[in-house]
Amino acid sequence: MALQSLDIRRQSATTTPPPGVREPVTGAVAKLIDVTKCIGCKACQTACMEWNDLRDEVGINTGVYDNPRDLTEHSWTVMRYTEYENPNGNLEWLIRKDGCMHCEDPGCLKACPSPGAIVQYTNGIVDFHEENCIGCGYCITGCPFNIPRLSKQDHRVYKCTLCSDRVAVGQEPACVKTCPTGAIVFGTKEDMKQHAAERIVDLKERGFDKAGLYDPPGVGGTHVMYVLHHADQPSLYHGLPENPRISPLVRLWKGVAKPLALAGIALAAVAGFFHYTRVGPNEVSAEDEQAARDEARRIRGEPEERDDEKR
Amino acid sequence: MKNDEPQLIQPRVIQRYTANERSNHWITAITFVLLALSGLAMFHPAMFWLSALFGGGQWTRILHPFVGVVMFVSFMILALRFWHHNYLDAADVQWLKQMDDVLNNREDKLPEIGRYNAGQKLLFFVMVVCLVLLLLSGIVIWRRYFSLYFPITLIRVASVVHAATAFVLIVGIVVHIYAALWVKGSIRAMTRGYVTWGWARKHHPRWFRESIK
Repeated sequence: MALQSLDIRRQSATTTPPPGVREPVTGAVAKLIDVTKCIGCKACQTACMEWNDLRDEVGINTGVYDNPRDLTEHSWTVMRYTEYENPNGNLEWLIRKDGCMHCEDPGCLKACPSPGAIVQYTNGIVDFHEENCIGCGYCITGCPFNIPRLSKQDHRVYKCTLCSDRVAVGQEPACVKTCPTGAIVFGTKEDMKQHAAERIVDLKERGFDKAGLYDPPGVGGTHVMYVLHHADQPSLYHGLPENPRISPLVRLWKGVAKPLALAGIALAAVAGFFHYTRVGPNEVSAEDEQAARDEARRIRGEPEERDDEKR
Repeated sequence: MKNDEPQLIQPRVIQRYTANERSNHWITAITFVLLALSGLAMFHPAMFWLSALFGGGQWTRILHPFVGVVMFVSFMILALRFWHHNYLDAADVQWLKQMDDVLNNREDKLPEIGRYNAGQKLLFFVMVVCLVLLLLSGIVIWRRYFSLYFPITLIRVASVVHAATAFVLIVGIVVHIYAALWVKGSIRAMTRGYVTWGWARKHHPRWFRESIK
C-alpha cells in the first residue's frame, strides 16, 4: 500500500479524473506465474508474509497441502493444489498460486463506495488504501475472483498489493524475488506476454498442445497472468474462472443505476416544487368549514349551531 | 375566515392520529431519513459526503443496518395499525382514473373518499413491499454478521434489490412528503393529531361522516 499520488489511473467512488500525470513509458507491469514450473514449495507465501509483516493464525491440517486453507486478511497468496487425472489415466499435480489478479477492469474498484479506498496505478496495479476503507465488503461482491478478505479485527479489506511499495522503487514483488524455480517472473506486461509465448512454444513441444496464457479479456486482461498446461480448461486449476468478468448485476448496481436513481429522486422533488408553484396548495376555506358544520348538524339532527361546542 | 366572528367560526376538529400512532410514525420517519442519507452515501460518490453526518465512512457502514432494523420494526407496527384502513375498493379505481382532477385540486369532482385515498393506499402497500425487500436483501449484504452464509450470486442480486427498492421507497417518500406540504392541514394531523371538520369533509368525506356521528 504505497501512496503514489501522481500515478493513479482510476480511483474508487470518484467521478473526476485522479492525478495520473506520471505514466510509465514502458507501459503497465505484470507478474507471470508459470504454473508448469511451480513445485509447490510455498516460498512465495513465506516471502509475502515476511515482506508485508503478515502472520496468519496457525490453523489445522485439513488433509491436503493447501495451508492455510484459504486466503485471509493475513494470507494474501496461497498455493492451491489440485490432483487431476488426465485422459491418459496419469495423475497431474496442478499447483496454482492464488491471489489478486490485478484486473485491468477491476470489479472491486467499480463496486467500492468510498473515494480513494481502491486505486489503480498507471502501471496497472490495483491497490487498497485501507485508511479509506469503510468495511462494507462491496469489493468482495464486485470481485470476479473471490480475492478480498475482510478483517474481523479492524473491519477493512486486504489483498495482494503486487508489492506496490517495492515496485514503486524499481524492485520486483517479494514472491517473484524468492521463487526458486523461476516460475514467477515480473516485468512489463509486453515482456511477460512475450516470455509466456516462448514458454508456451516449449510446452507444446513437450506434448501440452493446449498450453496457453491466462490473461482473461472479460476483465480487460490482468496484471497477474498464468501460463497453464491446460489453457482450454482453466477451471481444472482449483476453479480458476473460465471467463471472468464483472457480474452484470454489479455493472447494473454500480453503473447505470447510480446516475439514473439520483436523477429520479431529484426529478421527483423538482416536480413537487413546480406543482406547488403552478397549481398551488390545496387549502381548506372558511366556506368548507361552514359546509362541514352544516352537514354535521344534519347528520346529528341538531336544530341549530351551538357556539360553545367544540370537539 | 370571517374576522368579525372568531368565536363562532372556530373550526371543530376530529382526531385523526392518536399520540401512539404519531410517535410510531415519527420514529419510522426519523429512521427513514437517517437511512436514506447513509444509504445514499454508500450508493453514489456524489453523496459520499453525507457519511460525515454519521461520523465517517466506517460509522456510516456500522450504523446503517442497525437503524434499518429499527425502521423495519417500527414501520411494521405502523403497518399493522393502519392495514385495515388501506383496502382498495371500486371508488379507488375511479379516483386513480381522475388523477388530473386530483392534481388540480378539484376534489369536488372525485368519488367519495374514506379515511385514505387511493394514492395513500397504494403508497402504503408499496412501502410494505419495499420494507420487506429491504430487510431481506439488507440481511444478505450485512457483511459483519450474515453475508458469509450466502453465495456470491445471491449477495449480488441482493445488492441490486436493496438499491432498487431503496430508490422506489425514497421516491415514494418524496411524494408522501410533498403531498403533506401540498394538502394544507395534513401535517397537523401527524404533529398534533387532529384535523378540522372542513379538512375532513373536503378530503375524506366518507370518513368525515362516519366520524361525526
